[in-house]
Amino acid sequence: MATYIVRRLLVAVPIFFGITVIVFLLLALAPGDPVSAFIRPELRTNEAMRAAIIARYGLDQPLPIRYIHWLAEAVQGNLGYKAGGVGLPVLDTVQRGFVASMLLMGTALLIGIFVGIPLGVLSALRQYSKLDYALTGVAFLGISMPSFLLGLGGLYIFGLVIRIFPIGGMVTAGAPFSPFDLGAHLALPALILGVGYVAILMRYTRSSMLEVLGSLYVTTATAKGLPNRTVIARHAFRNALIPIITIIGLSLPELVGGAVIIETVFSWPGMGNMMVEAVAGRDFPMIMGLTLVVAIFVLMANLLTDVAYAVADPRVRYN
Amino acid sequence: MATTTAPKALQTGAGTFVGRPVERPLRRTIRRFRRHRMAVVGLITILVLIVLAVIGSEQTALKQSLAIANQAPSPEHWFGTDRNGRDVFARTLVGGRVSLAVGLVATLFSALIGTILGAIAGFYPRADLIIMRVVDVFMSFPTIILLLIAVSVFGPGIINLMIMIGLVTWTVPCRIVRGQFLLLRESDYATAARVVGLSDTAIVTKHILPNATAPLLVYISLGVASAVLIEAGLSYLGLGVQPPTPSWGNMLNAARSITTLERHPWEWIPPAAATVTFVLAVNFVGDGLRDAFDPRGSKDS
Repeated sequence: MATYIVRRLLVAVPIFFGITVIVFLLLALAPGDPVSAFIRPELRTNEAMRAAIIARYGLDQPLPIRYIHWLAEAVQGNLGYKAGGVGLPVLDTVQRGFVASMLLMGTALLIGIFVGIPLGVLSALRQYSKLDYALTGVAFLGISMPSFLLGLGGLYIFGLVIRIFPIGGMVTAGAPFSPFDLGAHLALPALILGVGYVAILMRYTRSSMLEVLGSLYVTTATAKGLPNRTVIARHAFRNALIPIITIIGLSLPELVGGAVIIETVFSWPGMGNMMVEAVAGRDFPMIMGLTLVVAIFVLMANLLTDVAYAVADPRVRYN
Repeated sequence: MATTTAPKALQTGAGTFVGRPVERPLRRTIRRFRRHRMAVVGLITILVLIVLAVIGSEQTALKQSLAIANQAPSPEHWFGTDRNGRDVFARTLVGGRVSLAVGLVATLFSALIGTILGAIAGFYPRADLIIMRVVDVFMSFPTIILLLIAVSVFGPGIINLMIMIGLVTWTVPCRIVRGQFLLLRESDYATAARVVGLSDTAIVTKHILPNATAPLLVYISLGVASAVLIEAGLSYLGLGVQPPTPSWGNMLNAARSITTLERHPWEWIPPAAATVTFVLAVNFVGDGLRDAFDPRGSKDS
């Protein structure tokens, strides 16, 4: 098991460096001039000053050297400072966004898992029933419905027409913190982000469950005289879950992507919202910092998926 | 002598064996597609949307008149007017033209890159290693974040959007084509073509690539829908198609103001409804195409 994890980690390392190189290159080649940010506007034509700053920050070095400098600082937690304003450290800001995003995505994921998987099992057990057809139709809508339009519609209907949810943000401004307040703000965006997820997990659980139910060892278990309940829970369901783990892992990047726009629709102060703001304001240190954090998150999620897969399916470990 | 008669004998033999005239693949595909009622409805919906998008008048869509800003739907302005007093109906039609054009061009571009790289990866094992690592990096990253980074570097705009969407979504067709190539590279007829002395290019373009047509067509149909959604998302954020040119996405941008969202729903519901209708219709068509192309023909009698 330990060797397996180490091997997976080693595979993730080059991908991580690949991402950092791409991000660094893109932003190094970006139009705009980092030097000007350090000089007062009236002195911008002063060539000596320019040269001094370029030398001081190593901007005259070749790209590979600059990349190594940047990476060395980054791994020590120095992601630079937000452009404009008072220049807050990027890391602090990103950390706050990370917590908010995790809260939103985590809730959506849990909704997906705890609603989607049971519905998928139900759909498979009653294959070709009215319920199965209804769930299939709902899943089709859920998968093809763009989450951000659902978000706009949801915000309009539940936040503005019938005012049962707050219209955005994470907490009521000025009010003392309470879990209820947070929950009320969280409910609508998390539900909308979770809808597509419910649909996807339901479909995959259904087909995986149907496949397992048709297998010989399930027939054997039934033939042994085990009660139906035991066959389904112990023999079928546990094996049907194995591919679902992969689906959950593979869809995590899409969850992060979906969160970007949902966060903007609901002014949720997460990383997606920050990313959009940073791009609109061309705040490159922020863009790099956020990208790096998303990259680490996605790679860790992939790694966890692989490990979970190995735990669930012994065949993976020994190959 | 023997070589000229043998195929003829085989042909008649096969004909008797099947017991009915062999149906051309295209006709069979069309017949199966037509049986999919929702797919046909979807196709008609898409055609109607395209016609509407084509007949939209750009002049009307861009004509401002602040005196009639934010007016509710009326006989003169079917969908009302936006905050600059422009006709929302005309803007929805022209916006559809922009959105669909972005979606289609971006997807074709993505299919082109994907097909070329997928073919190279599937045919040359050495290139495969490198290309698939690049695919891994792209796929492990949320598309929208890649696009946001790209926008921050290259700036927004219609042409940029088409190129950038193509550049971040090519991994899907690449994997489709590569899969076909891995499957067929060592097939008997590819080997036969090689033995006859055909060049790599000829084997690839004439013998292997045609097999990837069906999955690629399904990808393109679904890809257009997801590209339209990406355009809508980015333009909603103000980072896609730039005003005054309308697109479904940047019309939705008006809904970022809570006042507009609440008080002037006619400004954002038409583009939102159009986007949803288009995406749903494409999904039905994609579903129908997938079944129609399926060579196993599970539902075929």
